[in-house]
Amino acid sequence: MKTREMATGQDEGNGTPASSGRSFAENQRLDREPNPLKATARDVCVFYGEKQALFDVNLDVEDRSVTALIGPSGCGKSTFLRCLNRMNDTIAGTRVTGRIELDGRDIYEPGLDVVELRARVGMVFQKPNPFPKSIFDNVAYGARIHGLAGDKSDLEEIVSTSLQKASLWNEVKDRLHEPGTGLSGGQQQRLCIARAIAVSPELILMDEPASALDPIATAKIEELIDELKENYCIVIVTHSMQQAARVSQRTAFFHLGNLVEVGPTEQIFTNPQDQRTLDYITGRFG
Amino acid sequence: MSSIADRTHDWSGEAAAARRRRRYAADRRLRIYGMSAIGIAILLLGILVTTLVFTGYRGFIQTTISLPVTFDAELVDARSPTEGNYREILSRSIEQLFPGLEGPALRRAGQILTNNAQFLLRSAVYDDPTLVGRTVDVAIPASDPYDQLNKGIIDRDLPENRRRLNDEQISLFEQLEEDGRVETRFNWGLFFNADSRFPELAGLAGAIVGSFFALLVCFLISVPMGVGAAVYLEEFAPKNRWTELVEVNINNLAAVPSIVFGLLGLAVFLGWFGMPRSAPLVGGLVLSLMTLPTIIIVTRASLKAVPPSIREAALGVGASRHEVIMHHVLPLALPGILTGTIIGLAQALGETAPLLLIGMNAFITSPPGGLLSSSTALPTQIFIWADSPERGFVALTSAGILVLLGFLIVMNGIAIFLRQRLEKSW
Amino acid sequence: MAGYAFLAIAVLSIVAYFIGQSAGRRFQAQVGREVHSLPVYHGAFVAVWVGIPALILVLLWLLLQGMVINQLLLASLPDDMTNGVSSARLSLLLSEIHNVAAGRIFTEPSPAIVEAAERYAVWERIARWAMLVVGLSAAIVALFVARSRLAPRFRARNGFELFVSGLMIACSVAAILVTIGIVASLVFEAMRFFAIVPPTEFFFGLNWEPQMPIRADQVAGAGAFGAIPIFVGTLLIAFIAMLVATPIGLFAAIYLVEYADSRVRNVVKPLLEILAGIPTVVYGFFAVLTVAPAVREAGSAMGIAVSPNSALAAGGVMGIMILPFISSLSDDALKAVPRAMRDGALALGATRAETMMQVLLPAALPGIVGGILLAASRAIGETMIVVMAAGLMATLTLNPLDSVTTVTVQIVTLLIGDTEFDSPKTLAAFALGLVLFVVTLSLNIVALKIVQRYRESYE
Repeated sequence: MKTREMATGQDEGNGTPASSGRSFAENQRLDREPNPLKATARDVCVFYGEKQALFDVNLDVEDRSVTALIGPSGCGKSTFLRCLNRMNDTIAGTRVTGRIELDGRDIYEPGLDVVELRARVGMVFQKPNPFPKSIFDNVAYGARIHGLAGDKSDLEEIVSTSLQKASLWNEVKDRLHEPGTGLSGGQQQRLCIARAIAVSPELILMDEPASALDPIATAKIEELIDELKENYCIVIVTHSMQQAARVSQRTAFFHLGNLVEVGPTEQIFTNPQDQRTLDYITGRFG
Repeated sequence: MSSIADRTHDWSGEAAAARRRRRYAADRRLRIYGMSAIGIAILLLGILVTTLVFTGYRGFIQTTISLPVTFDAELVDARSPTEGNYREILSRSIEQLFPGLEGPALRRAGQILTNNAQFLLRSAVYDDPTLVGRTVDVAIPASDPYDQLNKGIIDRDLPENRRRLNDEQISLFEQLEEDGRVETRFNWGLFFNADSRFPELAGLAGAIVGSFFALLVCFLISVPMGVGAAVYLEEFAPKNRWTELVEVNINNLAAVPSIVFGLLGLAVFLGWFGMPRSAPLVGGLVLSLMTLPTIIIVTRASLKAVPPSIREAALGVGASRHEVIMHHVLPLALPGILTGTIIGLAQALGETAPLLLIGMNAFITSPPGGLLSSSTALPTQIFIWADSPERGFVALTSAGILVLLGFLIVMNGIAIFLRQRLEKSW
Repeated sequence: MAGYAFLAIAVLSIVAYFIGQSAGRRFQAQVGREVHSLPVYHGAFVAVWVGIPALILVLLWLLLQGMVINQLLLASLPDDMTNGVSSARLSLLLSEIHNVAAGRIFTEPSPAIVEAAERYAVWERIARWAMLVVGLSAAIVALFVARSRLAPRFRARNGFELFVSGLMIACSVAAILVTIGIVASLVFEAMRFFAIVPPTEFFFGLNWEPQMPIRADQVAGAGAFGAIPIFVGTLLIAFIAMLVATPIGLFAAIYLVEYADSRVRNVVKPLLEILAGIPTVVYGFFAVLTVAPAVREAGSAMGIAVSPNSALAAGGVMGIMILPFISSLSDDALKAVPRAMRDGALALGATRAETMMQVLLPAALPGIVGGILLAASRAIGETMIVVMAAGLMATLTLNPLDSVTTVTVQIVTLLIGDTEFDSPKTLAAFALGLVLFVVTLSLNIVALKIVQRYRESYE
């Protein structure tokens, strides 16, 4: 894994206040050694046509940890997530301002290669979306298009390792050439995770990855996320506060397009600084 | 961590960048293929329209010769204008027009005018009996070769043996041009004349009336039947094998080649029921059978688009199912049904093959008087003209096509207008 | 007379409506809310029973009157005129009688014909009056019967609605009747054809010369109804059309779905729709006027002899006609692939071309294949372009620069002009029509099945 030190990110993170008015440093609990920063967002605004969906979001994402984005539906958490791999570009009429850096490089700078960016930033969607191809071809797809495997055995290794990491290997190893769409919902979602990690991304974005799944499948996915954070940096959008509490180290609360509060998960859920966060986690709205 | 799957990748390295360049090149290629495909399609449409306009505009203009005619009271009686000796009136006028010519030379000169000139004189007197005894200038269409000459299709600079008109004929025409007797005017005859063997006289009146009658029949049959069937299938029919069969049947009927409907019309309407050939009634019947599936499909789609909540609301206040449909569902679905009907009729208007089989390609020189008299329709008239050897019919065919396309544009325009003005989205 | 009958029935129906409605009002005045149905339904109930059955009766009468009178006329002619005479001769006799009766006398008719013409005129008059009388009496009887059923507790609304339901069912059955009519007429006439020309000869014969004068008693030796060259010609032209239309249509759809922004789409899609809405006779003229001479000229510039009715020109223009069909069906199929699929590929870092060619296109393939089959069925059944631009002579060749003929061309040329219903020449057209119907129908059924299954898989 790449662990390039991003001094600039640290500095900016310490110096710039989050939208809630508190500095990044204040939000850090000292009982946990902060990991180096993977990505930073500064004054990010997103417009869908005339409508503004995000207002001046400032957020830092630590490497090798899970950052959860929570908030009521329509609060902009998914919009922010989709900014991190520029998937918003695929929706006509979307405009993003501000600065988002991945390892210190602005991902919205002109001339940046989105294909390269998306290879480095993987994504798992709300509804499992395996391609109508075999399980093997699904996982191998990214490696194939990016030319990661030198030969067939490399490819097979990538597929098997990725499926193992996604803890799906044992269930599908005998039917790798059956269509991926034939799996159950939970298996399909783990297939999509395997597909994402087969490219060895540095950052994995997950957009409510368990919302379409039953509780057992959800538990498996959460377990998987917990394991993956040892090697990957993960940002997850979830509408379930319990899920955020279970899997994440840091939590950011969005409301009406604003980032209200961000901090260590424990602090957000036990001692929120903002009244809106308190209202949300105690179930008064959303 | 030696496994390839765990290796980190150097995304920014030269090899990766080169690979990406190749992939982007492939992307650009696909984009170019797509753009060229669309370019070709639009180019072809452009060529099609341009050729039609370039050959067709000549059909809208006509060369006329202003002929000084003396309606001698000896030759024609104002009380019975149909019985005069117009041949004599005409030949005297031609003599007057070309003083100094006689015999065969005069006869050749007379061919500058359309063959039916004497009948045009007759109808002039018929329309206005006060002409008798006076001398007036009457605009007579020039015959096809001279019309072509005036429109510049016959090149005066070609060697004589490669032109349709020899030097003598051209100099006669040029003499008329010098006298200011040649005029180029809008060809109203295109809309008000029926078919003729002579391109300078042929018009679309018969075809337009025939198409109108056929579409009227088509509309009166296919719309009530189509809407009735659609309402039954969508709102009442139980979902069983029988209705499924009807449904499959309708979908397939919509894709049956039109000529098969022509065979049906020929065998059933003409053969078994003994209906008259070439009649707009039969044409309309055949077209209505073709349009029926379209209307059923469109109506069902519009009925489906009406949200069930409206039906439930009406049923909830105690309306019967029929009342729900008559009072609520059909009015809401009406814009869609109307749009679909117009589009279906526009398709029927352009349909040719089945009308050929039931004989609506006959040569008929007067507009049909009713549903049972022989007639052509717009597309079959175009087909007849396209098959005619005279050069002048090329322009007329294109002009006829432009008129047909004009009707289609108007109909589709109305449909689009209705859709935008009336259709709700739920 | 028919017009008066319709008018009278319409007037009677309106009168019936008001009679029923006023009866309904009276009931309301007498018993108030106890009346089952509103007055309008009483009116409507009476009106439909008066109008519709009488209308159907008159229409049937009009349809059958000619046939019945003709049969009676033939029966009344002297035996020596009708015995053992071909049906063509009989129909000539009939039209002569009709002409004489209408006063259009071309040659001096025989006394038997004149007599028959007089009879015809009389019968015609009787039939018209009888129709009016029967139609009106049916309406009046219905009026009294329906009126007598009205009562305060009579369910006029249900009665009316039942009637309307019946009409609607009749309308949907009509759609089936059309199919039955097609099948029956094609099969019936084709059977008569195959009674004269053996099916083996028709389906496997290599020689098609229907224009040869064939007398009914000489047919067996003719051997001129081998349809193979026609089938080959049809497939050749359809194949050329698909060769033109498929790549252009498919790439156009790919561009519109994946690359074009909404402004381009808003311009290009209507243009393609225009291409689809142009009547085929226009394409035919375009082929004759522009494309065929261009192909010929291009050929002679390269020193190749091209027929003026080359399959290439006809097929190429047909390709233009089919093109919008393929592009719009492919467009639909590609759009039906869920957006999540596209997002999944893009999020992995696939380029748009990779997303399209490796994910969307394979996913949409069944839909696209179905669309192509539908288009092929259209190409095979298309008539006007080939009638105008393809040849008439049935030559067995696969050379696209040669002139070939198609099934539809032959149907039209065999049937244009006056047709006699028992010459093998005419009947051959119906046999060809039957083949055409069966082939296009099978293609459609398969294509619709594929498309439907494909749609279901994403719903």
